[in-house]
Parts: sequence; C-alpha cells; structure tokens
Amino acid sequence: MTRNVSLRDIAHARAGDKGDTSNISLWVNDPAHFRAVCRQVTAEAVKRHFGSQVHGTVTRHEMPHLQGLNFVLTSALDGGVNGSLNLDGHGKSWSFILLEMQVELD
Amino acid sequence: MTARFRIGCGAGFSADRLDPAVDLARDGALDALVFECVGERTLAFGHRDRRADPTRGYNTLLETRLRAVWPLTAASGCRIVTNMGAANPSAAGRAAIRVAGNAGLDGQAVAVVLGDDVTDRITPDTPLPLSGCTVGDIDRTLIGANAYIGADAILPALETDASLVIGGRLADPSMFLALLRHRFGWAADDWPRLGAGILTGHLMECGAQITGGYFADPGHKEVPDLAFVGYPIAEVAADGSVTITKLPEAGGMVTTATVKEQLLYEVHDPCRYLTPDVTADFSAVRIADQAGDRVGLSGASGTARPDTLKVTVAFDGGLLAEGEVSYAGRGAVDRARLAAEITETRLRRVHGVTEDLRCDLIGVRSLHAHADYGTDGADTDVRLRVAGRFRDRTQAEAVLWEVESLLCSGPAGGGGFRGRITPSIVTHDAFLPRSDVPTRVEVLRT
Repeated sequence: MTRNVSLRDIAHARAGDKGDTSNISLWVNDPAHFRAVCRQVTAEAVKRHFGSQVHGTVTRHEMPHLQGLNFVLTSALDGGVNGSLNLDGHGKSWSFILLEMQVELD
Repeated sequence: MTARFRIGCGAGFSADRLDPAVDLARDGALDALVFECVGERTLAFGHRDRRADPTRGYNTLLETRLRAVWPLTAASGCRIVTNMGAANPSAAGRAAIRVAGNAGLDGQAVAVVLGDDVTDRITPDTPLPLSGCTVGDIDRTLIGANAYIGADAILPALETDASLVIGGRLADPSMFLALLRHRFGWAADDWPRLGAGILTGHLMECGAQITGGYFADPGHKEVPDLAFVGYPIAEVAADGSVTITKLPEAGGMVTTATVKEQLLYEVHDPCRYLTPDVTADFSAVRIADQAGDRVGLSGASGTARPDTLKVTVAFDGGLLAEGEVSYAGRGAVDRARLAAEITETRLRRVHGVTEDLRCDLIGVRSLHAHADYGTDGADTDVRLRVAGRFRDRTQAEAVLWEVESLLCSGPAGGGGFRGRITPSIVTHDAFLPRSDVPTRVEVLRT
C-alpha cells in the first residue's frame, strides 16, 4: 500500500536568501522516509513546483547523515529583497511552499 | 582539559528584542555577549543617516541595549562584541562612552574597529561581477560601500583591555570566531578549526532562530513559551566542538530540529560556505541531542579563505510606493481584480507610469504571485496591494492616489485604504583584494 502525504507531514524546512538566490533546507523527520524523499523531491521537481518564479536553476545539495536536502534556487527573488516588489522579498515564506509538495510513501 | 568558552547572542538582527539579551547578560555566566545587528538594508540606511547628521549612522538601539546590558557584563567580566556601529562605528564608540558616563561605569575601554567603509575606493569602473556590469552602469546615486571584514580585523581589539568592541560591517560569524581565536589561540591558517569556529558563529548569529524562534508550526512543530523565547548560548571547546543551549528558565527549545534548520540557513553548498576568514565546510557536521535543551555539534571543517573580500555597494533605489484596499464577501476576488486593472490602466494612461507595477491579492495570492497555488473559493476577505518603485516622487504618490480613489470610483465595497512611500535601497556585490581594505582599532576610554 502506498500513500500520498505532503512534505509538511514528514519533514520541516527553512528558507533563506542571498541576493537574488533563495535556499531552502528540507529535513526529513523519520530517517526511514529519507530515500523516498530523495527519489521524488529532485531539483527538477522543485523547479517545476515553483514554476515561473524561478528564472534560474535549482541545485540540490545532500546531507544524508542528517536526512537533509538543501535546494538552491537562482534568479528566484525578483532581483532580491532590495529590488523586489514582492511583500516577502526575502522569500522567507517559501519553506511552506516547498512543504506543500506531495510525495508517495511505501 | 581547557574550560569551555561561553558566548551568548544578544541580538540576531538590528531590531531584535532587548529582554532576552538582559537575561543572558545577568544569568548566562558568559565570557562574551555578541550583538549581530547589521544587514544590507540597515547599513545603507545608516549611511543615509550619517550623511544627514555625522553623529548618527549607527544602530538606533545601541544606547538602549548598552544601558541595559553593559553594567551587568562589566561587573561580571563578560565582553561585548557588536557590529552595531553599522555605517558609523566611530560615532557609536563615542555614544558608548556617553552611556558609560551616564551609567557611572568607570574605567571602561571601548575598542572601535575601523576600515570596513570602502566607499571612497568605489569608482565608476569598479566591477560588479555577479551583476555583470560596473558601478557606472548602475546609473544610480552611490550611498555607501562596506567590506565584510573578519576575525583578523577584530582580534587586535580583543587584545586590548576593552570591555566593549564595536565595529561596522564585521561579518556576522566572524565576531564569534574572533573571540574563539583569541581565547584558544587558533592560528590564522588552521582552516579546520576556523571552519568549526565559523559554524558556532553561523549557528548563533540569528539569535532565537536556533532556540525555537522562526520554527513553530502549530500541530506540527510546537515550541514552548515562544513569547519569551530565550537567546542562545554556545559552549565551545578548544577543539572547536560546540554545545548550543539556552537559559533553563527561558522559553523556546534547543533540539536537533531547531539546530538543523539553522545549520543551512542562507547556506548554498554546505562544503563551501564563504567567509572572510575561511571557506567553511559544514558537510560532515554531526549533531547529538544531549537532552535538556542541549545539542552538541562536531565535525565542521574548512579550507583556505577566499582571496578577496565581499563588498556590499548600496545605491539609492528610489521610492517604494504601496497602496492597499480591501474587499469582502462573495465576488471579492473579482472586484479586487477589477480594481487592480483600473489602477494599472490609470497609472499608465493618466500618470505616464512606465515602471514595473505589481498587483497582489492578499488572502488569495500575494507572496508567490508567479506560482499558481489556487484558492479554495473562500474569497471572503481579499486585500489588493499595488506596488511600484520610482525615482520620481509624484509618480510614487500617484500609486497611492489611484488606489485611494477606488473608494468612490472603483468596484463596489472597497474599504480600508492604506498607503505608504518608503525610501528604497538597491545593493550589488563587489569584491576587493584584502590589501585594499586595511583595518585598524581605536581605543576610547571613560
């Protein structure tokens, strides 16, 4: 039996910014779920999830011993906090957009 | 075994709270208390304040913070290190001396770290490599430029008898690293140890973000007594390993989860975290929950520091104009969309606005306007926000005027207009050779 869950149910995340680049770290609560998350929450999947907001690339860095993934999204903040017209120019709220992604668990 | 060095963080950004810092100064049994208060925006506004009044340009809470904590730390022998000098560390040093005088703090020395302000080294030909152009291409008024300076610049201040060290753009984690290098005698090229010291600084520099602040998500991640979240304490050993904790009576919590979220905050490649002091490597960090709000970290390392120093170059960004109005009940989204169309049309055709405009529907889609996350149809409370950035004040005012005029001339049921015009800053990164950024320390005495 497989089941679909949102990342928020099995992981936690924090977003930060440097200039026009956003990074979102994702930490899986139960080590047993880390492989499934790694397989499904790829850089490509995250880029699709954020849609036209990300004009650059998405890179994924892995910290398997801590069950963590770090996503780096370039040209993603409408120019960065000092140039963006977005209320949240830092993209700090984005961690919860990532956590909306659905994954399938065995 | 050498005793562990205890550092507290009394502020993680310019507007951080006061009472948790006072608690740390009073009850923390600290060797040092660091206040990290500089960001790109605060520094740029500091330059603007300094230009208007040469005695200003430092953190506006400097005196408030010092009045509250310095008598406590001076009595216990704890040192304060801070970048609250922002765009005017010299004036901040003089202000600190006045605070000491008024508080009857005798025999105190203040060491001021100077040299980060490189505004006079910026020319139209200065390259801005990440922006793919030069300063001259930006075509905006230069406000100021500051290099991120590191532990090398701070160490001479710690070698004085100063109980307070103040600088401007001292790199956030470098303030912690300088204290550790001074305490443990780590060499300037002991990259693994310097990387470990930077890890401590990185974890601590955002204050409550490691003690349960910026973490709570009711139903998923509960944090006790968040209204009184405590600021963190680092207990660092001579080998660079660290335990993060907080005062036992303070709110919040320190767990592996709060520590993990901060570990990669604003980090890109965990193997290569660039600082003025070292290229830190967090990729093999081990985290051990020691229970009771104590989490241990080890395994940080590092490689040689970058050849150049990063410089934030700030330019006048014009005026950010924002006008808002609300709609309620069924059809609120449609009425807000109609209001947005009317406002944009009139700003273009009546006021000649050519700059980018952004229209958000707060309550439906605002923070992530380019991604479609949809709504559940419960459009009963929607707020339209129209925003633009302008060099010309009349056009900035036109945004507010047009949104306000929707009250009589726009869709039905608009209410709750608010508008604001905020001076705005644009920043770009330059890189200077270290030899172009000489630093020095001045000691002031009460």
